[in-house]
Amino acid sequence: MDDLLAGFAELFAQYDVLAAFWVNIQLTFWAAILSLVLGTVLALMRISPIASLQWAGTAYVTIFRNTPLTIILTFTYLVVFAQLGIALSDDLNATFFWYAVIGLAVYHAAFVCEAIRSGVNTVPVGQAEAARAIGLSFLPAASMVILPQAFRGAIAPLGNTLIALLKNSTVAVAASVANETSSLMRTMIEFRPDLMVAIFLLFAIGYVILVIPIGLTTTWLSTKLAVKR
Amino acid sequence: MTASVLFDTSGPRARARARVGNIVSALAVLAGLCWVAYVLYTKGQFAPSLWQNAVSAEAWQFYYLPGLQNTLRSALFATVGAVVFGIVFGVGRLSQIRAVRWFSGVIVEFFRAVPVLLMMIFFYMFFSAQAQWIADRPFAAVVVALVLYNGSVIAELVRAGVGNLPKGQGEAGLSIGLTPGQTLRSVQLPQALVAMLPAMVSQLVVVLKDSALGQIILYPELLRSAQILSSKEQNPLQALVVVAIVFIVINWLLTVLAHRLARLLSSRTAGATIEGTGIGNPAAVAGGPIGGGPGPGSGIGGG
Repeated sequence: MDDLLAGFAELFAQYDVLAAFWVNIQLTFWAAILSLVLGTVLALMRISPIASLQWAGTAYVTIFRNTPLTIILTFTYLVVFAQLGIALSDDLNATFFWYAVIGLAVYHAAFVCEAIRSGVNTVPVGQAEAARAIGLSFLPAASMVILPQAFRGAIAPLGNTLIALLKNSTVAVAASVANETSSLMRTMIEFRPDLMVAIFLLFAIGYVILVIPIGLTTTWLSTKLAVKR
Repeated sequence: MTASVLFDTSGPRARARARVGNIVSALAVLAGLCWVAYVLYTKGQFAPSLWQNAVSAEAWQFYYLPGLQNTLRSALFATVGAVVFGIVFGVGRLSQIRAVRWFSGVIVEFFRAVPVLLMMIFFYMFFSAQAQWIADRPFAAVVVALVLYNGSVIAELVRAGVGNLPKGQGEAGLSIGLTPGQTLRSVQLPQALVAMLPAMVSQLVVVLKDSALGQIILYPELLRSAQILSSKEQNPLQALVVVAIVFIVINWLLTVLAHRLARLLSSRTAGATIEGTGIGNPAAVAGGPIGGGPGPGSGIGGG
């Protein structure tokens, strides 16, 4: 036990575990905002009455939902950066970070779109009919009756997407982000192979601690805000 | 379906406006695609040799097909393992014994919260250090990590499937004198498994996509073989596009299959069929991510 504690003290002195988690949290934060914007636009395209926008939204979702995230992130590094030579900044690390954010956002936007659409689908047609019956035209009906209910229905699937995004932020290593958790775990295990299991549990429990509050909050929110039917 | 909630059936004026909007937005989408094509063209990415080398018979024979074979092999083993793991721990979470329920709950929640990539890297390094008798260690690490994560998702699906059944199913089993365990095994589980079959097919999409993480621990799957090909031919864009298309076609077919199954099987179970979302845990649609689902054994009713 003392050996283990001494080993951990040494590891913590040598490596900054919290900083690595902070990188993943930052990746998740920016990718979440970006994918929420992109996903909302895609959802609006898919529920609009304009055929070409519907088609484009559906094509986007079908393509990116079925592509492995690893391919998208490898693509940002190997193709966009290395082959096409498009750099976002002079700082290599910043370039890789923002490419990872964009890759994560592009992938998760497809799931955000589907989450919002499934929220719209929870609204019964009777609600729209009632809105029309009391004389609301399209915009008031959408903004006062349908969309408020749709957002409440989308909270739970959006929360799931956020949890998946946090866990998937480890794949940023495929986009050459070198200072996030999965690469640090690898380095630490290489440094102290005898503490391998303890190091894995340390990182695993770190993710459990991050994921469970998100899950509890979104479950609580979605039941608290649920429309009773 | 969604259109009927938000939009009325349109009259002549709205139809005319939609037609104009349709043309304008089609042009906008086309313009965007043309811009991407133009950028690629200026970077010389449409050189015929780059594409020929990415789709040549040699590329398929020596790179893509062996890679695809490894991808499918790991997905197959992982799926079988995950189904077994999922049924064992899903039933464990519905057990009458508190300790079993608790233990299964901790295992399932733990492996659902840990990133698959962390597990893959850990098992790869663990096998390399402790279990060198395993011949194909990257393969073993990929399969074990996928089994633990997807098995936990399937365990939640089993629980949600039982929880979604009408209460009367469990009550009927108890009232004809079956024990709670017998009710679970012979009345509830068979229906729950039918209800969750579409979601399990959707989970296959997740398994296939996550198997591509194997490239990070140098498992020679499809993405890795494309990378090796592209470093030889200097055509990463083309090779990755080919591999992405292979994944998209397979996964899209599986999604269509899941959708068909959900409709086909809905008459064969008292509960509603569950379709996966292709990300995270489909069970949450019915239950809620953590602890929000039906409590253990709640489907069995008052007894």
